[in-house]
Amino acid sequence: MQEMDTATQALDGVKVADFTWAIAGPITTQMLAFHGARVVKIESIMRPDGQRTWGPFRDNIPGINRTAAFTKYNANKYGITLNLNHPKAAGVVRKLIGWADVVAENFTPGTMANWGLSYEDLIRIKPDIVMISMSARGQTGPLAQLPGIGPNLAGMSGLAGLCGWPDNGPSFIYGAYTDFLVPHFAIVTLVAALDNRRTTGKGQYIDLSQLACAIQFNTPLLLDYAMNGRDMSLKGNKCDHAAPHQIYRCRGQDRWCAIAVFDDTQWRALCNVIGAPGWLEDPRFDTLPSRKRNEDELDRLVEAWTVKFAPEEIVPLLQAAGVPAGTAIVGQEFFDDPQLKHRAHFSWLDHPEIGQQSYESPGFRLSGTPGLYYSPAPCLGQHNEYVYTELLGMPDEEFCELLNEGVFQ
Amino acid sequence: MEKQATSNGLLNGFRVLDLTDDTGWLCGKVLGDLGADVIKIEPPGGDRARASGPFYQDAIDPEKSLHWFAFNANKRGITLSIETHRGKELFNQLVSGADCVIESFQPGYLDGLGLGYSSLRCLNPRIIVTSITPFGQSGPYRDYQGSDLAVMAMGGYTALCGEPGQRPVRISFPQACLMASVEAGAGTIIARYARGTIGCGQHVDVSMQESVLWYTFLAPQLWELDKVIPQRGGPCQQVSSRAFRRMYWRCRDGFVVFGILGGGFGSRYVAPLVKWMDEDGMAPDHLKAINWSTLDISKLSTEDLRRIEEPIARFFMQHSKEELVRGSMKRRLLLCALSTCQDVVEDSDLRDRRFWQEVPHNELGRNISYPGGFATLSGAACKISRRAPTIGEHNADIYAEIGLGSEDLSNLRQAGVV
Repeated sequence: MQEMDTATQALDGVKVADFTWAIAGPITTQMLAFHGARVVKIESIMRPDGQRTWGPFRDNIPGINRTAAFTKYNANKYGITLNLNHPKAAGVVRKLIGWADVVAENFTPGTMANWGLSYEDLIRIKPDIVMISMSARGQTGPLAQLPGIGPNLAGMSGLAGLCGWPDNGPSFIYGAYTDFLVPHFAIVTLVAALDNRRTTGKGQYIDLSQLACAIQFNTPLLLDYAMNGRDMSLKGNKCDHAAPHQIYRCRGQDRWCAIAVFDDTQWRALCNVIGAPGWLEDPRFDTLPSRKRNEDELDRLVEAWTVKFAPEEIVPLLQAAGVPAGTAIVGQEFFDDPQLKHRAHFSWLDHPEIGQQSYESPGFRLSGTPGLYYSPAPCLGQHNEYVYTELLGMPDEEFCELLNEGVFQ
Repeated sequence: MEKQATSNGLLNGFRVLDLTDDTGWLCGKVLGDLGADVIKIEPPGGDRARASGPFYQDAIDPEKSLHWFAFNANKRGITLSIETHRGKELFNQLVSGADCVIESFQPGYLDGLGLGYSSLRCLNPRIIVTSITPFGQSGPYRDYQGSDLAVMAMGGYTALCGEPGQRPVRISFPQACLMASVEAGAGTIIARYARGTIGCGQHVDVSMQESVLWYTFLAPQLWELDKVIPQRGGPCQQVSSRAFRRMYWRCRDGFVVFGILGGGFGSRYVAPLVKWMDEDGMAPDHLKAINWSTLDISKLSTEDLRRIEEPIARFFMQHSKEELVRGSMKRRLLLCALSTCQDVVEDSDLRDRRFWQEVPHNELGRNISYPGGFATLSGAACKISRRAPTIGEHNADIYAEIGLGSEDLSNLRQAGVV
């Protein structure tokens, strides 16, 4: 493990026993680690984090320590292995809980309890522990046992039904959508609970429902149904109070830019940039309602212009004129985007098995305690010796004995 | 009227002045759910974004926006023109007694008024100022106009969704502002924790573009490692350079979410489906012959996958969403409904968990049922305790705290300050 930067970070001194796996949980604890918390990630050789098993692998060579699917979400963490099913694991885990301020997990409800690690169990070891569980639908209720993965939670919450064209049915809402919104709800609650503990001395159990988090992202539509009986509909790229409002084809292979015009000022600016002053007097387009009525024709005309240029040629012109516009970035553009570069969104760390690998900053920057990545995601069990003997103070003989008995598998 | 939205919230006593428009509404709402004392400050006449629908009973009225209701619950509301001299004075007085300001103006706007972080920290060194903007407070795009369409594109998400080979498609309900708002909430509370250690507040600079980037999943790393750009697959998801698996399937009354898996997941989550299909006489021999535990879907072509998926599609069309979900629960399949709003509102599990919360709207003469807390806490509340404020609803209460009486208020009203 690289040494932590000596600058003060927001969560200095916070200690986290991290049982999370997959995406939403690891992003949560990674954000804590980014801001200075010490996070020990617990895996087992028999049951490593599933993210380790699929790619993209460095050089296309599969390997448990070689995938960005794992590294991206686990920087700054110590990695240990522990076979929780081993009879001698209980004593080890007791030490770990005694060390920790926070226990985080996102298993199917009941999994932690089966290992003797329910909140009730934990407070017997550490009365002021803050524990967070992040399951699909919370710990209780008839569907609590339903396994939750991002695409399914996007489906259950209604978010998946919002992506696509009106005449096709929904398009796949890319990725594991809800996995990226859940961590922020988790962080707000968890860090507020830690702060609360500083003043009251009391711990907390947080039973987070990933579905309930996701529903915060479409609440107005749910109220619309409940109050007006109107269900959501796919709108393609159209927006009720803007036109043109479309993703337009640009010059080149699969290149696109967004243009959104909400008012007459922006409309005039767009016409000036395009060099089509005639459109300003055209009765088909002179007001927002007329532009909405003739939107398809308008889209064809605008696209006849955009298609002549690469997005990076016209987006700066449109923006300089005050028209909301943007390139639909892909591939190398993630790394070349001037604004993302300016914010140092990507940073690179040298991983022992796969070398330089990118890590991504959160969407916010703190002016006083900026946070940073300083250590790449751990190889499986990489920090066993350090964590068990140094952090938890286990005598060397005991460590060797337990190692030989397979407790750390 | 009680001061805190929630009397036993983790954030009780944490006062937030919320200057945001719809770009940042959700941030203060999330803090309010945990008990923060959030005061929404609107310009006289109300927040411009109150004009955005949907509206209660479709009545276009700034006091009836469901969009406003949803993201401003748990806040109290005052009006104040921070552009006037007197308005600035009053704002500064409020800042002296507050913990946090959330704002979503163009970068530099508050500085121009003398109300930026560098000024406010002199007044109150403990203040946390959280700024939510399309691209952040500095950098080449600092002054760029943001809109959901543009920011989702520039955050790399839009290019990933849509029909194969066709125009990328957005999510029909604006998401970038919500992504940034919850990042802002996390940043604010981390800054609050730091304040307990270092004794002073800080500036939290949130970029919508960067917030969106996380949702692109591994797209940047797929380029970095393999020089691969994920291709749009309509309702299907790309599983290898040559193959897409179907994720959204038509059934009798809508869509369900399900994906073919191989290996351990395949034998656990797909094999039971084939058994179920077989019970109904709908599993062809080639499907029954598959050894799911050794199947590697990354080695299959789209044609191979279509051969597997075709009989499954036929089976799903024989059933309703509810039948498929119930049957899947029994067999522990990774299948769920692609819910409509109706499905979410009528979800029996959410009902059984008493998730929905009845919130009184006396001005409408009724209660409205809201999604409840995103978490259940052992020793604190996470819930909606009050509906969103009407325009200037709490002017008297809040301004009384800084020594203004009703006469002062009517003077300020005439001067256009409140």
